[in-house]
Amino acid sequence: MGTLKKLELAVGVFVVLGLAAFFMLAMKVSNIADLGEDKGYKITARFENVGGLKVRAPVTLGGVRIGRVVGIDLDPRSYEAVVTLSIEPKYDRLPTDSGASILTSGVLGEQYVGLEPGGMDEYLKNGGSLKLTQSALVLEKLIGRMLTNAASGDQPPTKTP
Amino acid sequence: MIEGLQRLGRATLFWFNRLGRATLFLLRLLGALAALGRRPGLIAKQLYSVGVLSLPIIAMSGLFVGMVLGLQGYANLVDFGATSSLGTVVALSLVRELGPVLAALLYAARAGSALTAEIGLMKATEQLAAMQMMAVDPFARVFAPRFVAGVIAMPLLAGIFTAIGILGGYFVAVQQLGVDSGAFWSQMQAAVRLVDDVINGVVVKSVVFGWVANWIAVFEGYDAIPTSEGISLATTRTVVNTALVVLALDFVLTAIFFGA
Repeated sequence: MGTLKKLELAVGVFVVLGLAAFFMLAMKVSNIADLGEDKGYKITARFENVGGLKVRAPVTLGGVRIGRVVGIDLDPRSYEAVVTLSIEPKYDRLPTDSGASILTSGVLGEQYVGLEPGGMDEYLKNGGSLKLTQSALVLEKLIGRMLTNAASGDQPPTKTP
Repeated sequence: MIEGLQRLGRATLFWFNRLGRATLFLLRLLGALAALGRRPGLIAKQLYSVGVLSLPIIAMSGLFVGMVLGLQGYANLVDFGATSSLGTVVALSLVRELGPVLAALLYAARAGSALTAEIGLMKATEQLAAMQMMAVDPFARVFAPRFVAGVIAMPLLAGIFTAIGILGGYFVAVQQLGVDSGAFWSQMQAAVRLVDDVINGVVVKSVVFGWVANWIAVFEGYDAIPTSEGISLATTRTVVNTALVVLALDFVLTAIFFGA
């Protein structure tokens, strides 16, 4: 009986250790707060070009993370990208004329949506949309434009014989 | 030429024959699960031998794998000044791949081989036949408890391996190499998702691996040629086949969960 008791105790400790490991993986390693995504209110923003923006990318205001991107769709009529943002409920005082731009953290970092607060007294609600948007900087286009400018700059003025 | 073809045919038939027997074996095993509900003590005893006794090797390996990931990740990321994402590198590699796969490989070597040898020896010494003589079903009494205990133990071991690995990575990165502790955890939390990474990665993968590893281990013992040479062959086959099947299945599961 003594050995059986010890054996059962060891198995119990093993199971508890295993569950504790999963508890740690859930609470400390992954972001369990992300599961409550339905609590945030949703607003949309239309961009000409979202670049490399991905779903789940952070939404920040003043560098503070206040929500995340929950959907990226294409409007088939206007060919604009419609980005749905989920904003945490405690940040419910975003003016309706706030602006959104797609920024990059660092040179090679991930892209995120940065909000700039406007000055209106009315605040965005669930289903609202941001009017002032600035698209992502697409590096290839930028370089292309730079090269064109450089090429046209290098051209000597009309020769006078 | 003809003889070579014939040999190939024989090998193919042999292989399918074994696969069929293994499938029938699994079905009988699952059929015996109902009888197992009346004797849960049998599972506890097997959980001790496959689970508790595997803990030291799982814990030590997890610790060292995590520490190596910390060192290697740091050496590569420091060139880009991106050491703050070391937590992400360590956690994602462990949670998605290394945790469940290495735990399953270690399990096959530590517990699977023991299962095969034990059952093979039972067969060689005609204990299984003796049980049947006494109207005791070896499926309910011997095979099913071992199989179920293994399937329960595998995810727990994989979880422990992963958690200790991350702590090992944390130790090397933060304590030894001076990565910022806050950045280590917060970058990790931003990148690791509970359902997509932890559940699909550690839990689903290790349940699948546990199922396959224990099925192979118990079947190889049951199917062993009842001689000392046959048992040694069966034990080897358990480890080799489990390793191959686990790695192949891991590719399939990764393609399903994380591919594209």
